Amino acid sequence: MSVLVVVECDKGEVKKSSLEVATYGAKVAAQLGTTATAIAVGEATEANLAKLGEQGIAKVLYDAEPRLKDFVNNAYTKLIATAAEQEGAKVIVLANSNIGAAVGSRLSVRLKASLATNVVDLPKTDGGSFTVKRGAFSGKAFADVTLSGDRKIIAVKKNSLEAQHEAGKTAEVSSFSAQLSDADFADAPKQVVMQDQAGGVLLPEAERVVSGGRGMKGPENWHLIEDLAKALGAATACSKPVSDVDWRPHHEHVGQTGITVSPNLYIACGISGAIQHLAGVNSSKVIVVINKDPEAPFFKAADYGIVGDVFEVLPKLTAAVKELG
Amino acid sequence: MKFLVCISNVPDTTTKITFTPDNKEFNKAGVQFVINPWDEYALTRAIELKEAAGSGTVTVLNVGEADTEPNIRKALAIGADDAIRVNAHPQDAYFVAEQIAAIAKEGAYDVILMGKESIDYNGFQVHGMVGEMLGIPTVAPAMKLDMSGNTATLEREIEGGKEIVSVNTPFVASCQQPMCEPRIPNMRGIMTARTKPLKVVAAVGEPARTQVSEFALPPKKQGVKLIDAANAGELIKLLRNEAKVI
Repeated sequence: MSVLVVVECDKGEVKKSSLEVATYGAKVAAQLGTTATAIAVGEATEANLAKLGEQGIAKVLYDAEPRLKDFVNNAYTKLIATAAEQEGAKVIVLANSNIGAAVGSRLSVRLKASLATNVVDLPKTDGGSFTVKRGAFSGKAFADVTLSGDRKIIAVKKNSLEAQHEAGKTAEVSSFSAQLSDADFADAPKQVVMQDQAGGVLLPEAERVVSGGRGMKGPENWHLIEDLAKALGAATACSKPVSDVDWRPHHEHVGQTGITVSPNLYIACGISGAIQHLAGVNSSKVIVVINKDPEAPFFKAADYGIVGDVFEVLPKLTAAVKELG
Repeated sequence: MKFLVCISNVPDTTTKITFTPDNKEFNKAGVQFVINPWDEYALTRAIELKEAAGSGTVTVLNVGEADTEPNIRKALAIGADDAIRVNAHPQDAYFVAEQIAAIAKEGAYDVILMGKESIDYNGFQVHGMVGEMLGIPTVAPAMKLDMSGNTATLEREIEGGKEIVSVNTPFVASCQQPMCEPRIPNMRGIMTARTKPLKVVAAVGEPARTQVSEFALPPKKQGVKLIDAANAGELIKLLRNEAKVI
């Protein structure tokens, strides 16, 4: 019996969300009196995988098959299922990402495991039961869910717990092969197109987000959002009306029918705060609202607020961040 | 081409969420239920693809009790040809996936579409479970879907970009924007929907694997601290020294 952690890597680095997943897995392993093994997917380096020891991982399995660099649903599922069988994993932990959801749902059927996604806290394992807290109603509520059966799969929501770093600890990295054949790569992507990451920070992984709404008046004013985001090392986002009229691409749309984010800092500029938008951001740790309308409902959900014109306030904030150095 | 579009019945996006006093169940009192917004992309795109091909059928499937029928009729009014309702409470993602897989297999559907996730449970699980149960590919979440004969080309969203994937039928895709502009029913659709077939079948398969023991609402905010717009830079100092987030 052990805990298997699925670690997503990109360009050699372990993704931040996967450092959190590794921490989660190590903590669950400690709760259950066992050790945590990781299986790495994507493009990784041995040195970075060994550093997963800092998150409490004992051993990392890595299949250097080059076709695993890009996400391939069937191949990833088989790889992780094979590792789970080899390790006798009773609990599998992955990120609540597009990869985690695609693989976790298939794995749950293949491994006859119960599955909880969007999990925000460590499990309660008293008396042999296994209960986790997960986000529901698009961020408007939480549900405690009890998982039955011998095997469990947990997809952990980003930024739900802080990755631990125990300096100096290293994990043993072992090469691993799931004996994948051409048939396992039948659904491999024909092409992978990455967005132009001018700001450099991806919204789903971001710790800080600067977001704009209709109050920004037009896409030509977005440099104000981008300047502040750049100064803060933040990702940019927008409300639904903004992506509906194509001022910004839809992948920046945060809300109930867009993406749900939970950064440490969310700065909303010219967004009134419709209930659908709040659902997508209300698990952010600190919310700042800038709006010229003091009655904007967003202020009720905010920690800090400025009642004022975004076109005057944003440059002042950017300047103040630069002054901090 | 036979399309199977799975829809779920969810509280309207503007709903203020509350629970029964024991926090065991969602409080449905006074709540307006709608077709899950993500599922509307799946439904509209299936209808568009059928129209473009000039042949085929679009069947909508819902796992739910009789109170979901108004939204099933709405899907028929938007343009689906017929509907199936599995008469059961949708206990969890696994249970729902079992129902969809059984019906997809029996009806030999070519393309099985659904929304990325439901806005109430937010599981984002059913697509992969159905694909695995049927042993067919799943593309999730799909932002674009085009068909040419039995081959589909899809754009799959990944963190920071997209993958172009092509698969042959049968396959499962979970849909999201900007796949299409979801349609709303017109008067003719509403009239014809009344007489379109809606078959009710019993649930099959194993029981659910997960159970909700309790719901909770997020903790309330302490209240907003307002900073004078003329002195906006003060906010940055507070974020560093008080909130410690920058």
